[in-house]
Amino acid sequence: MSAAFHRLWRTLGDRLLQVTGLAATVAALLVLALLLVDVFADGLGRVSWQFLTSFPSRRAASAGLFPALMGSLYVITLTAILAVPVGVGAAVYLQEYGSQGRLARLLEINIANLAGVPSIVYGLLGLGLFVRALGFGRSVLAGSATLALLVLPVVILATREALRTVPQEVREGAYALGATRWQTIWTLVLPMAFPGILTGVILALSRAIGETAPLITIGALTYVPFAPDGIMSPFTVLPIQIFNWVSRPQADFRVNAAAGIVVLLCLLVTMNGVAAWLRDRYQSRGGTT
Amino acid sequence: MIDTTAPSVRIRMPAVTVRQEQGAALTPVKITAEQLSFYYGRKRALEDVSLNIHANRVTAFIGPSGCGKSTFLRTLNRMNDIILGTRVEGSVTLDGLDIYGPSTDVVELRRRVGMVFQKSNPFPKSIFENVAYGLRVNGMVGSRTELQDRVERSLRAAALWEEISDRLHEPALALSGGQQQRLCIARALAVEPDVLLMDEPASALDPIATQRIEELIHELKRTYTIVIVTHNMQQAARVSDTTAFFWLGRLIECDRTDKIFTAPGEKLTEDYVTGRFG
Repeated sequence: MSAAFHRLWRTLGDRLLQVTGLAATVAALLVLALLLVDVFADGLGRVSWQFLTSFPSRRAASAGLFPALMGSLYVITLTAILAVPVGVGAAVYLQEYGSQGRLARLLEINIANLAGVPSIVYGLLGLGLFVRALGFGRSVLAGSATLALLVLPVVILATREALRTVPQEVREGAYALGATRWQTIWTLVLPMAFPGILTGVILALSRAIGETAPLITIGALTYVPFAPDGIMSPFTVLPIQIFNWVSRPQADFRVNAAAGIVVLLCLLVTMNGVAAWLRDRYQSRGGTT
Repeated sequence: MIDTTAPSVRIRMPAVTVRQEQGAALTPVKITAEQLSFYYGRKRALEDVSLNIHANRVTAFIGPSGCGKSTFLRTLNRMNDIILGTRVEGSVTLDGLDIYGPSTDVVELRRRVGMVFQKSNPFPKSIFENVAYGLRVNGMVGSRTELQDRVERSLRAAALWEEISDRLHEPALALSGGQQQRLCIARALAVEPDVLLMDEPASALDPIATQRIEELIHELKRTYTIVIVTHNMQQAARVSDTTAFFWLGRLIECDRTDKIFTAPGEKLTEDYVTGRFG
């Protein structure tokens, strides 16, 4: 093979890979864009104050998703309250205190495996443990506890990753001044890892807010004419309401479903936006606190 | 350059010569190491090191990379404890207190034996909060004015106050490299240590910043006992009263600095300080 041919072949290969990569990216984005356009075209016109504040109804035009929206907000808030302290605590233990031995590796592999377990399995666990054994019933609490278990591995893995990025020199600097391990973690390591932890938590909660299967498994309702009034209240959430509307024969309800998806997407984008804002704020303020 | 990981057979290990300073200038012994050996897992990094460090003196540790001088420095405030799988044999005492004794409070030890690292490591906080950090974690401050007072005194002692007194609440990471290192010194001084350990404190600094650190060391030895690890032999000659030469995990020689550099007792020391290897 001549040198000139070899050079041509290499350039061609490079160009080929570039084109393939671009095509793959465009294809993925195009599908997503089409989906969004379709949903927004169907649903955006239906989103109104009436839609957000009304209860479900037999008649599509007067139906709304107020109970589902409130249910989602209740569930996601309580999920965060349950999952974040436990997840961050577990990660701090594993990363800062736990040994680096075989047991630690075994734990780490198992947590990664847990992150891949289908959500329906967590639903069954929640049904057996929270709804029945602990007697929470089909409540917001049972749903949140189930979702908290579901997202716990993601929170732990993301937090560990964030803790790993804190330079060892910072820990040594604190120890050298007579700080205890706990003081070092609380005053330096956790604040420095905070942006990374926040990103992980939001990703985990974004997953939780879209979950349907485990909540149906534990017996969340599909028709709720009231908003939850406490953590022991029965509830429904947005994805379940959307699923319910999609399965109706009347075309008008499908418009409602599209509108519901628009609301859910807006909620997700808002959550991510708040996270990004908090993260930037914290990072730029990091030097002066 | 001699490969320091595999001792050459031709070079016979000399017996350790430790002729501590004699005569009128002798100050009390602050730290005593006896038969100190240190292991990273199975690898022995220090072998039977015995050494006295005198109060209000600057003691420099010199030697080629991997000779154990940094490891020895870090045994003096038990900084090696945080590395897994390390082991210590022998003893180190600070004013008679057994540093590795079972009842020794490591946190209190580290307050008394401050440390400045090779790479300056200010916390991502303000200048003020960096200096206040040690005071806060050790519960050493009563009132706000007392805290401000101590922070100012520490910054003055580290010769940094004049440069930054009008921007105490700006991020420490915005300071220059030399200023960051002096901030780390101020931070260490704030908790009122007896001993200051410095692990190549100027190796990442330009000559002017280095000079300022060296002047500072001269200033500080009136109050503190200073132990400095350095790769730079001119620096050891300039700043220290006593110099200890380490080689392959052993202390080869420890004597007055002028003697180490002009009339060392060991051939190995002479070869090293005259630049024949290292």
